Order: sequence, then structure tokens, then C-alpha cells
Amino acid sequence: MTLTVNNLIIWMAKFADKIAVNKQFLSDLDTPIGDSDHGFNMDRGMQAVMAKLKTKPSSLPETFKVIAMTLISTVGGASGPLYGTAFLEMAKKSSTTTDLVDLLTAALNGIEKRGGAEPGDKTMVDVWQAVIPEIKAHTLTENKIASAVEATKDLVAKKGRASYLGERAKGHVDPGAQSSAYLFTALLETEGLL
Amino acid sequence: MKLGITLVSHVPELVIGLDKLLAQVASDVSITSAGGSSSDEIGTSMDKILTAFSTNQAEEILAFYDLGSAKMNLEMATEMTNKKIHLYDVAFVEGAYTAASLIQAGVGLTEIEQQLAPLNIKN
Repeated sequence: MTLTVNNLIIWMAKFADKIAVNKQFLSDLDTPIGDSDHGFNMDRGMQAVMAKLKTKPSSLPETFKVIAMTLISTVGGASGPLYGTAFLEMAKKSSTTTDLVDLLTAALNGIEKRGGAEPGDKTMVDVWQAVIPEIKAHTLTENKIASAVEATKDLVAKKGRASYLGERAKGHVDPGAQSSAYLFTALLETEGLL
Repeated sequence: MKLGITLVSHVPELVIGLDKLLAQVASDVSITSAGGSSSDEIGTSMDKILTAFSTNQAEEILAFYDLGSAKMNLEMATEMTNKKIHLYDVAFVEGAYTAASLIQAGVGLTEIEQQLAPLNIKN
């Protein structure tokens, strides 16, 4: 099955649910190495996205754009511009393809450009770059997503608020990696998308 | 003045204070700011930054920010405005102060950027 406005909205609803359920946990992850707001910021953003999507957009690019612009204007922290850019890049790409790997690759390139992070910098990029090839190979599992998150634990952060902590950021999972994991778990759970 | 300044910080009071400091040495320079998230909590807002760009009397703006996500929102706003924006990864207070006093003194962009270069601490 291909990506449509309908199953994209289902994917986002599942993502919003996971964020809502785990908002305290995400903010707790953000406490030792960040500014303790990741879960609450993402929850505010995704609640606003779901409210906007009650009016069904007419096309896939339009749907991605609504998600992007809503996240950009409602999420106060770094995750606003980062997730916003990811969805904006998918909005652009989706005018020519509905292929998820192509869309997610465009999104990852956007995230890397916006935040300046590379794989290994202890950011959401680490999860995205681990997950996309698995989607391409049709081998993505929940365990693989979890391992990608876990792999950020022993890294020293090069970007974001955690980078000010140097070696002290070691031993903590990156909150953006964890929220990205929810995005991909939600994708896994969306019937017929992978 | 040909050049203006936009300040972006995570906390509203931070840009209010910095604006006050700059106004003392640069009373003729158009300085606009965007502090805090859209709900005035800690964070930054691209919409606020776009407003700070559009209400600035200058068409060419030097932009300064405090921490990382401010830069990301600044870059997005830069892509969406018609004005010419220069973004600096310099120490927030020292950088903005340097630029403000030099613009007030009628110094051009090239020379201002030479003065700002040693204040780069964010890359």
C-alpha cells in the first residue's frame, strides 16, 4: 500500500499518542542533559497537529506542510525547527513521489542541514540514519529502533544543549533519538505502510 | 541607518535587557527583538523572528542569538523573509554590542564583520 493522506494521518495520530503517553518520560530524559522540556514541547506540537488535521488536507504535500508549519510555530525548543524541517522536506518531496524511503531520506538531509549534526553526534540523526536503510530493506523491527536509541547512550553530544556538558552527557539516551523512535514505531504500527 | 540589528533569545527578558544595553550606544540603529516561544515560555519562535525582521526599519539586518535552537529558527526565518539577513555565531552580548556601536558610528559591513570574527564562539 502506498502513502496516502489517510494513512499519513493515522501514522501521525499514533505518533501523537505515543508522545502524549511518554511526555513525562521524554522530558525526564531531557533533564540530566538538556532543558527538561522535550516531551512537553513535542506533546504541545503534536496535539496542535492533530487538531489541524481534523480538517483533512486535500493532498499529501499539503498534509506534510500542515504538520511542518504547525510544529514550527508551536514547539518552542530545538525539536520545532528540526521536526518542522523534516516534514517540510517531505512536503516538497511528496509532490513527485510517495516512496517512504525517498521521503525520509529527504527529511534526514533536511534535519542534518538545519541542525548541523552528523551521525554519532548523539542526536535524532543517529536514529533516522539507522532506521532508513532498514525500511528500505523491509527489515525494520521495534528492537532495531530501540537499539538505535540505546546506541546514543554512550556518545558525547556534539550538538544541542547536551553538548555543553561534554563527557557528562555520556550514559544518557538522547531525548530527540527517543522521540524519533516513537515516530518510527508509529510508522511500523500503521497498517500497510511498510 | 542602512543596517539594523535583530536579537533572538530563549527568554523574553534577555533581549529586553540587551536591547536596553545597546540603545545606550546606538540610539539611531533600528534594533528589533524576538524573545521566548510563541507562548512567551522559554524557547524561540520563528513567527516572532519574522515579525522582528519585518518591523526593523533596515532592509539589511545583522542577527544575533543566544543558544542553538534560536539559530535554527533564525535560519528558517531568514529563508522566508525578503530582507537581507546576516547571521553571526558570535558571543551574544559582545557581538551585538560591537555591531550596534559600529553601525551607530557609520562603519560598513565588511569592517563590522572583521571586528566580529574574533568573537565567534559557536562553531
